[in-house]
Amino acid sequence: MKQLLILSGKGGTGKTTVASAFIKLAQARVYADCDVDAPNLHLVLEQESEPRRTDYYGLPKAQIEEQICIECDLCRQYCRFDAIRTEPVYTVDDYVCEGCGVCEYVCPVGAVSLHPAVAGELRLYLNHAVFSTAQLKMGSGTSGKLVTEVKRQMISVINDADLAIIDGSPGIGCPVIASLSGVDMVLIIAEPSMSGISDMERIIRTARQFQTKVAVCVNKYDTSPGNSEKIAAFCELNNLPLLGFIPYDPEAVKAVNEARSIVDVDCPSGRAVREVFGQTMTLLGDESGGGIRIRES
Amino acid sequence: MKIAVLSGKGGTGKTLVSVNLAALAGDAAYIDCDVEEPNGHLFFKPADVVTEEITVKIPAVDQGLCNGCRECVEFCKFNALAYVDQRLMIFEEVCHSCGGCILLCPLRALTERDQPIGVIERGFSEDVRVMTGMLNTGEASGIPIIKKLLADVPAGLTFIDCPPGSACTVMESVRDSDYCILVAEPTIFGAHNLALVHELAQLFGKPHGVVLNKCLEGPNPSEQYCQAKGIKILARIDYEQELGVLNSEGLVAIRESDRYRALFASLLEAVREEVQHETALDPQR
Repeated sequence: MKQLLILSGKGGTGKTTVASAFIKLAQARVYADCDVDAPNLHLVLEQESEPRRTDYYGLPKAQIEEQICIECDLCRQYCRFDAIRTEPVYTVDDYVCEGCGVCEYVCPVGAVSLHPAVAGELRLYLNHAVFSTAQLKMGSGTSGKLVTEVKRQMISVINDADLAIIDGSPGIGCPVIASLSGVDMVLIIAEPSMSGISDMERIIRTARQFQTKVAVCVNKYDTSPGNSEKIAAFCELNNLPLLGFIPYDPEAVKAVNEARSIVDVDCPSGRAVREVFGQTMTLLGDESGGGIRIRES
Repeated sequence: MKIAVLSGKGGTGKTLVSVNLAALAGDAAYIDCDVEEPNGHLFFKPADVVTEEITVKIPAVDQGLCNGCRECVEFCKFNALAYVDQRLMIFEEVCHSCGGCILLCPLRALTERDQPIGVIERGFSEDVRVMTGMLNTGEASGIPIIKKLLADVPAGLTFIDCPPGSACTVMESVRDSDYCILVAEPTIFGAHNLALVHELAQLFGKPHGVVLNKCLEGPNPSEQYCQAKGIKILARIDYEQELGVLNSEGLVAIRESDRYRALFASLLEAVREEVQHETALDPQR
């Protein structure tokens, strides 16, 4: 099964819009939303039934037993995450605790123990296709681990499909790194602005470090033809396949707000994304990768 | 006075709002906590930049002293240590720098060393103090950089440009703020993610208001959400090509256009009124 991951670095460039269009065009039997921090793919891909929900346990959280605590302060002194509160009694701030267990180790009277904590919810839709997604609990860490679980959940149900399409999260940190593992190709949705170009360069550098095949497409290209040219030149210089240009299209906003994909309606962005999809499938199918399997810089 | 600008969804205009408000406020500070993709500096182009390297503590092992007791391997909740082929291996990328392994090694075979994960750049753009956190590519967590950025916030008006989402990095950025500006775009994605950060602001008891950005004709799901929840709408910014071009060229809109200066001036006024109102309600704040 080929796994295609859609990333962007910068948020709001159109990852989910492109991912939902690709899922429709490919009639994908398997797809996932790895933006566990702010998932949106389910909003545009109507599901007939409710998902199967599973609690996701992140790292455990420490708890201090008030009756046993002698207020020696060692836990606070050794906690590297400043998670110990002392007023009115010694307690652990759940939002800061990373579950390392140092407080439990240093406590001389055994007042501290670690307890499992729910850090989010995995959701699995089993309708005409397998759709794996999740929602991280407010303010939680360990989003990378939840991303890994989303992908594991997806593969556990079906692994003989030709193609899996995965919507990624913005940024370059742990959830993005977790989503990169095991994918065959990353499609970067770039935006022609100074910010978009800077973020695109950072996400490409990140993907390279994990030796993933990368291609680029430019969204809203006509909002800044000059910057779109710069992206094209960057791709040329770095030997990155540039798979197409999608115009800014108010119809796309309308389609999204009607919970539809841009390929469900006849609009300029929908026509352009079909072109990008064709190019992407050709490249993904090309085992040799056209010499673009990039080495670590 | 610390004002956090956040959005849940990426690309709604957090940087646009925080950069322009900081530029307008006079003698203010701008802190870019979106350390994975920092962009405010592209607009401010700060001068006299001083760069500080940010490091985390990572264990290093003296293989000669290690006897393979595996106590550290069993203790580490992050699976950052493994004992393979008579050697202790350390996986730096998953280490959380808790220091536990160093504490408990009976033979003191483990020590700590500083591992760079990124930088903080501090400079000036006219009268705005610009502070930018930048995570190195390939690093998993920017939290130590965000903590450092927020540890020395200057007195006076400070605008904090937060990362997207509602996870630990956002929480860290919002935790000590006095007021939250939530920026939302007019899509069901925007409204869904607005609901997430709204919940976060409420969870921490932070007073907040919404800026509706990229407004188009037709229904605005984010506006509907605000009305349903009774959230104060601080400003509406229409989708306009002129603003889009200024933004894509990396220009500070209020420095280029009187019209945008007036628009952000009324937003700043609305924020100041809200903050004063909140302070009057809660003198402890």
